[in-house]
Amino acid sequence: MAAPRILMQRALDRPGESHTLPAYEAAGGYRAVRKALGMDPVKITDEVKASGLRGRGGAGFPTGTKWSFTPRESEKPKYLVCNSDESEPGTFKDRWLLENDPHVVIEGMMIAAIAIDCHLAFNYFRGEFAYPEARWRAALDEAYGAGYLGKGIFGSDYDLEIVTHSGAGAYIAGEETGLLESLEGKKAMPRNKPPFPAVEGLFRSPTVINNTETLAVVPWIIENGAAAYVQYGTEKSRGTKLWSCSGPINRPGVYEVELGVEMMGFLEEQCGGLMEGVGLKGVIPGGSSVPVMTPDECRGARMDYEGLRERGSLVGSGGFIVIGDNVSAVDCLLNLAHFYAHESCGQCTPCREGCGWIEQLVGRVRDGRGSQADLERILRLSDAMAGKTICALADALAWPSVAFIKKYPQDFAALCPDPVDLESLAAVVGEHDHILPKAS
Amino acid sequence: MDYRVEPFALSAESARRVDDIVARYPQKLAAMLPVLWVVQEEAGWIPPAAMAWVAERLESSAATVQAVVTFYTMLDDRPVGKYKLQVCRTLSCELMGARRIIDHLRDRLGIEPGETTDDGRFTLQEVECLASCGTGPMLQCNLKFYENLTPDRVDALLEELRRREPAWSDIAPVIYERPDREAYEAMWPETRIQAAGREAPHRIEERG
Repeated sequence: MAAPRILMQRALDRPGESHTLPAYEAAGGYRAVRKALGMDPVKITDEVKASGLRGRGGAGFPTGTKWSFTPRESEKPKYLVCNSDESEPGTFKDRWLLENDPHVVIEGMMIAAIAIDCHLAFNYFRGEFAYPEARWRAALDEAYGAGYLGKGIFGSDYDLEIVTHSGAGAYIAGEETGLLESLEGKKAMPRNKPPFPAVEGLFRSPTVINNTETLAVVPWIIENGAAAYVQYGTEKSRGTKLWSCSGPINRPGVYEVELGVEMMGFLEEQCGGLMEGVGLKGVIPGGSSVPVMTPDECRGARMDYEGLRERGSLVGSGGFIVIGDNVSAVDCLLNLAHFYAHESCGQCTPCREGCGWIEQLVGRVRDGRGSQADLERILRLSDAMAGKTICALADALAWPSVAFIKKYPQDFAALCPDPVDLESLAAVVGEHDHILPKAS
Repeated sequence: MDYRVEPFALSAESARRVDDIVARYPQKLAAMLPVLWVVQEEAGWIPPAAMAWVAERLESSAATVQAVVTFYTMLDDRPVGKYKLQVCRTLSCELMGARRIIDHLRDRLGIEPGETTDDGRFTLQEVECLASCGTGPMLQCNLKFYENLTPDRVDALLEELRRREPAWSDIAPVIYERPDREAYEAMWPETRIQAAGREAPHRIEERG
């Protein structure tokens, strides 16, 4: 499968210099924003809508539609925020973009700002991204130096400032309203919605928040047109996607492919297959929050928004974690339970209590002190968490918990001192697996 | 907590940086995290008196600043070693051997995660996903990433760190060549796997 490279070509053509302004402009950079300045802002949003571009940070919401929710006329200033808080376990594609092609993110932010009539935009970096942030800041300095930002960008009468903001270590700051709280200088506790950020976001003003990768696609769409973009991907999943690939595979890394490619082919051709002597136990395709898929579910699975849903999982952020048959599902779930228990912000009871209890129960099983009753407790707890909190962090542990026990019950049973009746356990799974994503 | 145990003041240069930062935001409080970074960079941590100073500068309260400092994992409300070694323990890194790297550091430094060596040089911490999943196991030393680690490479790193003084500006990641299959196998988690039909020794650890 020939991989189109909307996002990666520039960096592959100019290794070691693709992050600089001369390299970016030599590859045609900053033409799209000049074009956008001559367009009716509504037409920019319409073009992005027509491209079918969906948010690449996790939720997959249509980008143009999100922009169109901001009021055209507003007494308050409108803000744009780029979410570079990439923290979803298994995901490192925004880091790749920011280190190798920061100017395309700047240009994407410029175009999005023009579309919604924003004059002050922010890029929020996770605190651990000191190096990607340094690359970005250098690029931003170049753009200011060239007169592309500030007063009257590109000689127009449009003013635009972009502020770089450093976080300080909190997974939940990647949730869009958690990010707004954090950017306002507070604990990153997600907000109730509505009001949605498009109406009441940063500093209570209309705000668009987009993922780094999402914004990086925008210049290509404006330059080449939505009609060109929709030629890639599938009917409901247009374009290409960056997948961050990790685990015991021969070629871990970031790969760009059209949405809709077949998973086992991707695992072989892009990831180079599994390391010698390691069999495939499963794949978590979209970052640690999405349900794990068994080899049977992986075979023939289309890697797009609908295709993964049909197989009970999600595209998420595209964190493609390959799990080998050299590890137990119990260890995988315990690792994730610890993560979510640690990262829960604590404001919603089901999440604050539930994540901690699941970690303790899985830990008990891992330590050889668990029982079937503990496994059933985990299932009931998951059901009591999913969909019952302000944000989706509780779901992000509830889904893997149910999925790992449902798909690898023998791994859990093997560690329980007393026999586990897999049939009656499956019946309890059946009472609670309605929380898992499914084809809509 | 007594926020006023000792007076706190930033150097003139850092104070200027704080002024610049505050000026960028429509609301003063929004400068919180970037200003706390300036404080931590200068003082090495964020003492109570600094929280009071930040609160006054941003027209907030010391309690609010403390709540923020303790919410974010990178901000330290107590002194840490000159080198803060933060090993990623999340799934992709654990699959490739993070547990072994943490155990190795524990042995070499003679401390548990969360502790600091007596000479004040190293603090060891387990942290969550650092977006280096394809190059795990890895660790962050202050703000610099070291990726594709093996126990030998950790030893070399410790040796190097004993020789030099930390610099905040030194942040370009060190990405070693990918270890070979055997090196990974030696780091893979020991676990009992019924499904695969092979049984490795399962390490049972008492959980506190």
